[in-house]
Amino acid sequence: MFLLLKYTLLYAVVLMLVALGGMFSERSGVINIALEGIMAIGGLAGIIVLVVFGSSLPAAALVTVSILASAVAGMIYSLLLAFSAITLKADQTIGGTALNMLATAAAVVIVKAYNNASTGGSGSASSKLSYSNTEFIFSVGPLTYNIFLIIGIILLIAAYVFLYKTKYGLRLRACGEHPQAADSVGINVYKWRYAGVMISGFLGGLGGFAYIVPSVSTWNFEVGVTGFGFLALAVMIFGQWKPFRIAAAAVFFAIFKSLANIADTTFLSNLHLSKNIYDMMPFIASMIILAFTSKNSQAPKAEGIPYDKGAR
Amino acid sequence: MKNKKSKLNLSSGVMSVVASFICIIIGLLVGLVILYCINSENALDGFSRIIKGGFYLMPKGIGTVLSQAAPLIMTGLSVAFAFKTGLFNIGAAGQYTLGALGALYFALVLHMPWYVCLLAAMVFGAVWGAIPGIFKAYFNVNEVITAIMFNWIGLYAVNEIIYRGAIGDMYDLKTTKTYSLRNAAPQSVIPDFGMNSIFNTKSTTIAIFIAVAIAVLIYIVINKTTFGYELKACGHNKDAARYAGINEKRNIVLSMTIAGALAGIGAGLYYLSGVAEWNPQVSTALPAMGFNGIPVALLALSNPIGVIFAALFVSHITVGGGYLPTKYFQPEIADVIIAVIIYLCAFVMLFKGVVANALSGRKKKDVPNSGKGADE
Repeated sequence: MFLLLKYTLLYAVVLMLVALGGMFSERSGVINIALEGIMAIGGLAGIIVLVVFGSSLPAAALVTVSILASAVAGMIYSLLLAFSAITLKADQTIGGTALNMLATAAAVVIVKAYNNASTGGSGSASSKLSYSNTEFIFSVGPLTYNIFLIIGIILLIAAYVFLYKTKYGLRLRACGEHPQAADSVGINVYKWRYAGVMISGFLGGLGGFAYIVPSVSTWNFEVGVTGFGFLALAVMIFGQWKPFRIAAAAVFFAIFKSLANIADTTFLSNLHLSKNIYDMMPFIASMIILAFTSKNSQAPKAEGIPYDKGAR
Repeated sequence: MKNKKSKLNLSSGVMSVVASFICIIIGLLVGLVILYCINSENALDGFSRIIKGGFYLMPKGIGTVLSQAAPLIMTGLSVAFAFKTGLFNIGAAGQYTLGALGALYFALVLHMPWYVCLLAAMVFGAVWGAIPGIFKAYFNVNEVITAIMFNWIGLYAVNEIIYRGAIGDMYDLKTTKTYSLRNAAPQSVIPDFGMNSIFNTKSTTIAIFIAVAIAVLIYIVINKTTFGYELKACGHNKDAARYAGINEKRNIVLSMTIAGALAGIGAGLYYLSGVAEWNPQVSTALPAMGFNGIPVALLALSNPIGVIFAALFVSHITVGGGYLPTKYFQPEIADVIIAVIIYLCAFVMLFKGVVANALSGRKKKDVPNSGKGADE
């Protein structure tokens, strides 16, 4: 039971962070299907910091720098989406798909080039990086937590306050609901959409790092982040683009995701289901839920439609 | 006035091709920059290998390009066909995975001849393609989300069916892959009519001709039949299509089913060529062949005939990436180039529209404003 709780918390925080990221982007009117790629880039940046400075920096500084690196990398990468979707008014789904493919390919090239260089150009073609993750984990009572749990809760509250209690949140939401109306009262729609996508990149990059680092100490970048970014999109839809509902939805999905990790050691092993079946479960669950909830979805009205000042 | 209009139509066709070439050239330049960043001494050599592609290693390389192009044409057609109905089939990868299962099951377990296996691949892919269509038409779930979810469900399901805890009928314990088709089911290998000996490969079969024939067939269906017209009408304006008495829900499902069938055939053409086996232990990422259908369709502007050439190009670059000296470079650089090309495709087509607008003499009612928006 403790084990289930441990993994559920671990995955719930990741799903929540990334889904909140998706929420900010979509609330400003831009569909962010590139979350998967943003996670991979964020994870890569953070892990490179861990690998390069792992021995030279004190623990606290290392944790801070690597987390910031992942978030900033995600933010910079998301600018590519913002540029094509907002400035050039390109198709947001295609742009996002391209960024997902680019992220995985670029991460593999970078990691392989790094491994090749660090072994003196021996032609090493490993796409794996190993690092130490002990600095991120601490235990209270019988449970081990990771630092991202605290960060996640703080960011959840911050996201709620920003979106609903400040004028900036109202402006951001207006851009996703009715950009023409927002523009008519002097809100710069392009600027706010850029802000929305960049916040989403910040949270997505952080989420990618939070997904990879606490659970394993070696990561193969060929798999990206194994579809977690897409699950986060489902969490966001299930959470109806609202922060606390997203948090609840993230916990629900995380339970499904955790079953695979605890299957061997608990009562579930009597069922003799293979890992593949458990891996499928969160995706199947999300499809069933989407089928029932999409009819009365409360998606931002202007999401996916490029804003054109001249259009009426 | 009339003269001007016909001139514009002609130039817009040319401009589409120009736009595709701009995407390709910028993508290649990005690749060159990456090569320089990784190893400046060998960058030009590496770049020339990518450019030469299959021609770098004659005749084997050309045979490889042809055999890889066949499934790419099919996944490209799959994406392009859905585009025509206004749907984005990002699920080609999952449909391809299911197609692979269908082909391998009928070949290795049922020992059917190759054309039956190919049909099985088609049916398996079609079923997986129909699902996002049904979700879109009847549950109002965006087809992109459904297709992505079913990509992963399909991948895990296929791995499970083939592996089954190492006792699967198709699973060879010695190689940790499915059984080699050439040894276990020679009747299921697509015939090559001597092409393998011409190109000195093991993979060059008549698959490429099958793919080209299907591309022509799809061209005819889209452009010359009522059914194709209905599909396009749904793509252009769903509400107008419904008003004209077209059953738009049925057409969404049908369009996705056909798209899935095409991707499934692609997997059949690849796995029935007898060079590659499915590895359920290592296949934890979706097959790139499915996703590469997206750049193929975009480069071809969803034209089925254009898909043939776009697929040959993407195959050419990928094979070229494989010839990069691994001592200095990573073959995935070719994937980076392709991803950059898709990214550019998403908006270079819009530049085309801007240029066309400028040429048409700013006749449209809202040109001053939209011109301003486009400048920013």
